[in-house]
Amino acid sequence: MLTDAERLRIEETFALYESRSASAVDGLLIIQQSRGWVSDEALADLAQFLAVSTHSLESLASFYSMIFRHPVGRHVIMVCESVCCWIAGSAELTAYLNDRLSVGLGETTADGRFTLLPVVCLGACDRAPAMMVDGRLHGPVVAADIDSILSQYP
Amino acid sequence: MAATRTLVRPAPQNPRLTVPEVDIRICLGTGGVAAGSREVLKAFEEELARQDVLAVIRPREDKCEGRTVSVTGTGCQGLCAMDPLVEIHLRRNGKSSKVTYGLVTPAMVPEIIEKHILGGEVIKKWLVLTDEGPTEYNPFYDAQEKLTLRHVGIIDPEDIDDYLEAGGYQALYKVLSEMTPAEVIDEIKRSGLRGRGGAGFPTGQKWEFAAGYQSPDGVKYFICNGDEGDPGAFMDCSALEGEPHAVFEGMAIGAYAIGASVGYMYVRAEYPLALRRIKIGLEVAEERGLLGDNIMGSDFSFHIKLKEGAGAFVCGEETALMQSIEGDRGMPRLRPPFPAESGLWRRPTNINNVETLAVVPWIITNGAAAFAARGYENSKGTKVFALAGKVNRTGLAEVPMGMTLREVIFGIGGGVKKGKKFKAVQMGGPSGGCLPESLLDLPVDYETINKTGAIVGSGGMIVIDEDNCIVDTARYFLSFTQSESCGKCPPCRIGTKRMLDLLTKICEGKGTLADLDFLEKMAEQVKIGSLCALGGTAPNPVFTALKYFRDEFEEHVVDKRCRAGICTALVTYSIDPEACTGCRACVRVCPTEAITGERKEAHVIDNELCIKCGACYEKCRFDAVRRS
Ligand SMILES: Cc1cc2nc3c(=O)[nH]c(=O)nc-3n(C[C@H](O)[C@H](O)[C@H](O)COP(=O)(O)O)c2cc1C
Repeated sequence: MLTDAERLRIEETFALYESRSASAVDGLLIIQQSRGWVSDEALADLAQFLAVSTHSLESLASFYSMIFRHPVGRHVIMVCESVCCWIAGSAELTAYLNDRLSVGLGETTADGRFTLLPVVCLGACDRAPAMMVDGRLHGPVVAADIDSILSQYP
Repeated sequence: MAATRTLVRPAPQNPRLTVPEVDIRICLGTGGVAAGSREVLKAFEEELARQDVLAVIRPREDKCEGRTVSVTGTGCQGLCAMDPLVEIHLRRNGKSSKVTYGLVTPAMVPEIIEKHILGGEVIKKWLVLTDEGPTEYNPFYDAQEKLTLRHVGIIDPEDIDDYLEAGGYQALYKVLSEMTPAEVIDEIKRSGLRGRGGAGFPTGQKWEFAAGYQSPDGVKYFICNGDEGDPGAFMDCSALEGEPHAVFEGMAIGAYAIGASVGYMYVRAEYPLALRRIKIGLEVAEERGLLGDNIMGSDFSFHIKLKEGAGAFVCGEETALMQSIEGDRGMPRLRPPFPAESGLWRRPTNINNVETLAVVPWIITNGAAAFAARGYENSKGTKVFALAGKVNRTGLAEVPMGMTLREVIFGIGGGVKKGKKFKAVQMGGPSGGCLPESLLDLPVDYETINKTGAIVGSGGMIVIDEDNCIVDTARYFLSFTQSESCGKCPPCRIGTKRMLDLLTKICEGKGTLADLDFLEKMAEQVKIGSLCALGGTAPNPVFTALKYFRDEFEEHVVDKRCRAGICTALVTYSIDPEACTGCRACVRVCPTEAITGERKEAHVIDNELCIKCGACYEKCRFDAVRRS
């Protein structure tokens, strides 16, 4: 079931478009903001609410990389893999995070604290290599800084 | 239209009381914040209070009576390499001065307050810029001319009154009160402005098309493309964070010109700060009657809606972007029909990039001729370039088009980091290419750069040095386009995959000369056969790499050598017995115990055991570890 608050926020987006179905991506993002991710059940509820098929909503959700279809950790780390970060050593950064957190890209730590995701550009090319944790940008990040950055996100 | 009503000229509601003595501006752009500028702002606030200096901290407070100091958070100030930047204006005893400090930390703040603000003494060791004489950073600023980013880094982007005081919304007022839509289009046409989103299409002409189509129900759309997916480009982010109202104003002027009543700003989710400032700005602009119904009391109504992206590079392509707004998978579709005829919800639609729109008010205010007087041949005006990669002064630089690459990279950018050798500049991201040293004296304008095989694109310039491998860089870009391909058309979906496989093979030392020819052929096919420009331009990095750096490819396939030492399969490490002092530092860092040797005797690497991680190479202080 969608909560009343979610329903209300989704309804607010109806005014943005010519058709209700256009609110699909916003709906997914709204659910994700309140629950952290979009479960099969939530997706089905949203499909019903917007009067679209579950199948088409599913395909939509899988198209956009910022829609999470699996539970994510309390904090989401996005490591930029865009070219500037790449030439500045983002691969080492990722390797360090993989090692430190014992997770691969797209995975969540066993304690549910962090999810590690790749991202194509954070627009922080001047601070390469960069990463974003819960919407906050860090950069340039060297492996030696990572532990202290992570400690800011309990 | 203008004659029937009296328009209300926009004016600030709470004119910002000019603080008489000290005006401190701290960069609160994304880059500045990441560098710690919020902490610096807080330190100023606390330290001023501790030293009993009455200060007004904006944007939170706007009462200035009796206070002599103001602290303002601004957008990006440009020289991102020196963030956090703090600009201090002093006005005392009839004299005024402006000084910028760089790499400021909270710990430096008490000294800045004591010596500079209270004592009037410039602290040389932290100086970036002063109006008293040139510093080593002057070349970064002096060649710039800020038209697009005219207010960015100066005013508070969260306070509309700051923009209004700086002359904001006057261009829209001028348009609504004394110009017809046709006159607006003519003005933009005569300015020579071309789209800054990549393709460089003449903006006035685009507006003329959109104005020429009638909508069945009168609804037309005006979209601002803020998806900025091009890796290496961050000027749209900076424009949106630093002065969102300039972009709204440009949109409203364009919407008036084409007859649109609804606008969309499509902004990527990766820019949370920009999104927040746009939300704040849109709300207050509607409240003040600068957007919305009957703008400034005229008959013109224009509502801007904000659409947040959800992470898909291809959505920057205009037809994909419109699909995405309609709530579909953002996949490009065939043109024609062009958006001007049938775009969003099949209505006539115009779409422009953020930077294109941000400069429109300047053109209206200062006139087409002033814009066209700057620039080069068919590339008029100024353009913002993003300097990134292995360049000394990373940041944003707005310069007249037609400046040479060398002037931008070496003059403004200060050359290559750590004194390394320049290898290439990558322009245009995954749709562009790498240009070698020999082309650096070319002027940066659309036509000249197109002829090289690269593109001006959105203005990213990524500097690559001798430590980067060209083949590996081409491979990187293909892996990018391959994973961002939406999969709709086979040439792009399958072709980019095959190209990537070939490049990977070459990087792994398994390539042949025949592979190079095959790679070129594949690239040609993908270029011709793809549905949209994503696939159509995906081979560009490969074409230019092969054109200008063929010797590096041939080294990979014939000599099985990677001169940059990046392609691990092609690298061998050895120790020069002459240079080795036998300090055992490399022995200790080697993870596979591949290095042996007694203390004070030359060490040896066992290539069977070596995993080519390069740890010894990094560690050696005597340059004894050789990579070949
Ligand atoms: C794959 C692809 C990605 C694009 N991404 C962007 C983008 O992020 N921002 C942008 O303004 N234009 C982008 N474009 C160009 C747009 O399709 C369009 O030409 C542009 O927004 C028009 O605005 P302009 O005339 O002001 O440049 C992209 C094009 C392609 C093919």
